Amino acid sequence: MTGAFPEDSVGLVTPRTVHFDEPLSLDSGRVLPGYTLAYETYGELNADASNAVLVCHALSGNHHAAGYSAPDERKPGWWEACIGPGKPLDTNRFFIVCSNNLGGCHGSTGPTTSNPETGEPYGADFPLVTVRDWVRSQARLADYLGITRWAAVAGGSLGGMQALQWAIDLPDRLAHAIVIAAAPRLSAQNIAFNEVARQAIRSDPDFREGRYAATGDRPRTGLMLARMLGHITYLSEAAMGEKFGRDRRGKPDDYGFNYDVEFEVERYLRYQGQSFVDRFDANTYLLMTRALDYFDPAAAHAGDLAQALRGVTAPCFVASFTSDWRFPPAASREIVRALLDSNKRVSYTEIRADHGHDAFLMPVPRYREVFTTYMQRVAAEVGV
Amino acid sequence: MSPLRADLEIVADWVGTGDRVLDLGCGDGRLLRHLFDSRQATGYGLEIDPAGITRSIANGINVIESDLDEGLSDFEDDAFDQVILTQTLQAVQRPDQLLREMLRVGHTGIVTFPNFAYYRLRYHLAVRGRMPMSEALSYAWYETPNIHFCTIHDFEALCEELGIHILERRVLSHDFKRPLLASLIPNLFGEVALYRICRA
Repeated sequence: MTGAFPEDSVGLVTPRTVHFDEPLSLDSGRVLPGYTLAYETYGELNADASNAVLVCHALSGNHHAAGYSAPDERKPGWWEACIGPGKPLDTNRFFIVCSNNLGGCHGSTGPTTSNPETGEPYGADFPLVTVRDWVRSQARLADYLGITRWAAVAGGSLGGMQALQWAIDLPDRLAHAIVIAAAPRLSAQNIAFNEVARQAIRSDPDFREGRYAATGDRPRTGLMLARMLGHITYLSEAAMGEKFGRDRRGKPDDYGFNYDVEFEVERYLRYQGQSFVDRFDANTYLLMTRALDYFDPAAAHAGDLAQALRGVTAPCFVASFTSDWRFPPAASREIVRALLDSNKRVSYTEIRADHGHDAFLMPVPRYREVFTTYMQRVAAEVGV
Repeated sequence: MSPLRADLEIVADWVGTGDRVLDLGCGDGRLLRHLFDSRQATGYGLEIDPAGITRSIANGINVIESDLDEGLSDFEDDAFDQVILTQTLQAVQRPDQLLREMLRVGHTGIVTFPNFAYYRLRYHLAVRGRMPMSEALSYAWYETPNIHFCTIHDFEALCEELGIHILERRVLSHDFKRPLLASLIPNLFGEVALYRICRA
């Protein structure tokens, strides 16, 4: 396959799975009898297993973070901008691990996988999981891979929150936390968006209280609407304006006088929504948005985030993007402030980018430069 | 890394072993790196310039992207032993407010600035009738980030007004050297002024 993929890509990648037989107690009080995690790795683990970096995915992501799953795959993994030879998460130095979160729909145990008690897919019976549950479940993956301490745990958006949760819950098991375009908790506005998305799914007649697997049908319309709404919030007004403006088929003043797709932005959103339905499960979407809503490490400390972060020992790299209105710079600054209040080692940068929240997925030059520099520091510390 | 400039050497000498330090406008993080290594100091640098932030990260210091004109509200009262402001006082919107903020979050402040009453600058204005430029002030008037020039007399008057106690003053002339004249008539022969200040 040499030459078929870009030189700075990890190229063809193969997903793996690992099953854990030991029951996992969840924050909800329920217990999973065992679970499977799907994951991918890029680069080579060094002899003392000191160069491993755990990458955590966002709401609709999965373990396919970089490279191509098949020679003819059209799009590479979701963090291709940042993972690969010479990229910030440099696979020449680091061994990168990315797993599909528990409750996901791409190979890890979740609503679409079989419930051992019934032999049927879990569907709506899959327990609600939290970011803390994800950290717990991933710690076993680290054990399995022989990694006692990650050189870094990194992620953007929900993945950034997960990196922060790692630093809080298992401080001895990571050397650095990379927290990008994240927030210490969702705002009311954010929860509101999630609720509209959930209602779109739950009010779809094909949803059937989440027990749609047996019917052979799925709440396609609801999930599509949820994704369309989400997608709007991941882009900035400027990014949408630049990408689509008021572009439409036909002459500028030649309207169709109907509700068919006319404007390019409509076409784009429908395409995004429809293609999402083909690769994502509605119950997983509900579960992931709820995990986001519940994330609030300060809650157990009377709202005092600095107190919640008191046990953190990993230096943190926090970055935000100027045009991100979903998880705005002010949210990242709140994390930084709490780290400062508790005298933690932290570096923070606010990257000028027009892409909105999705900027963390983009090859923004300033972003790549500062992220690369930070990871070089991490590499120097672990001697790779 | 190249050795510290003479003015930064003096600043470093004023920092005690193990001090908690906040460096306002830390540039490439060189001073903090030096303080971390030679004084076992800890703390943070604040910087607004993206290139400075990247170089600070490369130098292994904790750097926070910040606009000094928005104050130091991210920091608690008395959070630091030393708050350092080198060659930046003249570039902020409200030097008086920043000085107050410095001594809110720190026990001691260290401030260095170009003295606008330095004789070569006076010559520029008085004889040539042009806005002064020098090695310490290398920008043309229309592009300079330095918007609040002051003299040694001005600074000391402001400290008096704000109830700030001057613990120590050093004056350097051209090339950050320490000639006799600058200590005799500092406001005329001092090109760079360095102060250690605290709340009165």
